[in-house]
Amino acid sequence: MATEFHNLQELRHSASLATKVFIQRDYSDSTICKFQTKFPAELDSRIERSLFEVTMKTLNCYYAEAEKIGGQSYLEGCLACATAYIIFLCMETRYEKILKKISMYIQEQNEKVYAPRGLLLTDPIERGMRVIEISIFEDSGSTSSSSSGSSPTSSTAQ
Amino acid sequence: MSAVMISRKVTRKWEKLPGKNTFCCDGRVMMARQKGVFYLTLFLIIGTCSLFFAFECPYLAVHLSPAIPVFAVLLFVFVMAMLLRTSFSDPGVLPRALPEEANFIEMEIEAANGNVLAGQRPPPRIKNVQINNQIVKLKYCYTCKIFRPPRASHCSICDNCVDRFDHHCPWVGNCVGKRNYRYFYLFTLSLSLLTIYIFAFDIVHVVLRSVDSGFVLVCFFTLWSVVGLTGFHTYLISLNQTTNEDIKGSWSGKNRVQNPYSHKNIFKNCCEVLCGPAYPSVLDRRGVMLEDSSSPAPSDASAASTNKGSNPVSQTTKSSAPLIPNEHTPDEAKPGIGAGTQKSASSPKDEKPPSPTSPNAVAPGVIKESTH
Repeated sequence: MATEFHNLQELRHSASLATKVFIQRDYSDSTICKFQTKFPAELDSRIERSLFEVTMKTLNCYYAEAEKIGGQSYLEGCLACATAYIIFLCMETRYEKILKKISMYIQEQNEKVYAPRGLLLTDPIERGMRVIEISIFEDSGSTSSSSSGSSPTSSTAQ
Repeated sequence: MSAVMISRKVTRKWEKLPGKNTFCCDGRVMMARQKGVFYLTLFLIIGTCSLFFAFECPYLAVHLSPAIPVFAVLLFVFVMAMLLRTSFSDPGVLPRALPEEANFIEMEIEAANGNVLAGQRPPPRIKNVQINNQIVKLKYCYTCKIFRPPRASHCSICDNCVDRFDHHCPWVGNCVGKRNYRYFYLFTLSLSLLTIYIFAFDIVHVVLRSVDSGFVLVCFFTLWSVVGLTGFHTYLISLNQTTNEDIKGSWSGKNRVQNPYSHKNIFKNCCEVLCGPAYPSVLDRRGVMLEDSSSPAPSDASAASTNKGSNPVSQTTKSSAPLIPNEHTPDEAKPGIGAGTQKSASSPKDEKPPSPTSPNAVAPGVIKESTH
C-alpha cells in the first residue's frame, strides 16, 4: 500500500499531464446520475477494459443507491418535513453519506489501479456531477506515450 | 521568521463563483441579486401574523381555545422555515465547465459537424438522447459551455444553469430548481393553510364581536392568489412537470410528444418530487480556494465583474477558435448532432423570453450584457 501511495504522489508532482478524457453522463434512464460505461479510445493502451468497466459500474451502483426512491428516502423525507427540515442542519443526509463512500472508493481506485498506469480519476462531484474526468499522465522521463512507464516499480495489487 | 505564521484571510470558492448570485454568512446563504420583493414577502407574512397574534388571538384564546394561537404559531414557524430554506439554498446550480472540459466538448462538436464552409453558419449545438422511448434534445449553453442535462435551464437573472429549473421566483428572491422545489411547494402549501386559518378566525372574530375588520379583505385576496399558486404546483407535481416545461409546452401532447419523466401515476410522481432524496449542492461554496493552477475559476473570477463571454455574438465566433491539438479524435460524438431548425445557435439566451419574471428584473441584466 505504501508503494502505491508513493506512486500517486509521484504522479501529481513529477509526471506531466498529457491529456484529459471526460466520461459523460448517460441519460437513458431519465435524470438519475449515471455515467456512460463506453470505453474511451484514449485509454486503449493504458488500462484494461475490464478494470475500467468495473470502476464505472461500481460508481453507477453507488449513485443509483443514493438516488433510490424507496423506504429509506421516504422515511428521511417525512422525518425531515415534520421537523421543518431543521434536522438537516445537524444530520448528514443519506446522499451525502454515499457521496463520502464514493469519494473513498475513487481514492482507493486511484491508488490501486489508475495511478500505477499513469491515470487519475477526478471525483464527479468536483465537476458538478456532469463528467468523470480522467487525467492521462506521461512520465516526463519516458519518450513514448503509449507505455505506462510512470511507475517503474509497478505494483500488482489489483 | 519561519516560526511566525502570517495569518491570511482564506478565500472561499463562493467569492470566485461566476454568476449573479449574492452570498451571505461566508457562503452559507445563496440568493439572487434583487432581493426587494423577498423583503416585501417577509414583511407581508410577518406583518399579517403579528396583527393576528396581537389583536385577535387574545380574544380567541380566552373565548374559544388556547390551542388556536398555538397552532397558528406552529404554522407560522413552518412557513418561515420553508421560505428561508427556499430563499437561502442553492437551487441546483450547475457549475460552469472548466477550460479543458469546454475544449473537449468543442472538439466533439467539431468532429460531429465536420467541415463547415467559411461564411456558412455552423449548425446549432444540440445532442439527442433517448429517455423512456422519447427523443429529448439537449441544448448547449454558451455561457456555461456545457450541454445542459435534461430539464436544466439557464436562468438569465442569476446567470446560472439550474438543474430541473422550475422558474425564478422574485417573491423568494431565488431560482426554484431541483434542490429547493419541495421547500417552495411546502412554503406555498403551508402559506395557503396559514392564510385560510387566519381568514377563518378573522371571520369568527368579526362575527363574535361584531367588529369591523378590513383585515378580512386583505386575507381574501392573498388567499386566492396563494391557494391558486399551490393548486397550480400540485397539478405540476402530479404530472412531474416543471413550470418552465409547462410554459413552453414541451409536453403538451402535440406531435405525439409525451413527458418522459412522468411515472404515469400521480402517487409515484408526487413521491418522487416530495419524498425523493435530498440532493447535495455541487457548488462547494465554502471550500477553500487553492492558490495553484488547479483552482477552479481564477480566470473566470477576473471576468466575473466584467464581460462573462455571455455576449451571444462573441460565442458563435468562438466556436471556430483554435482548439487544443490532440491526435486522438474522440469517437464519442453522439448521433444526432447536426443541422436543425432550432434557433439555439444564434440565441443562446432563449430562456429569457419564457421565464415568468418581472420585466424590471430582466432589463438591467440585458443592458449590462450589451455594453460588453
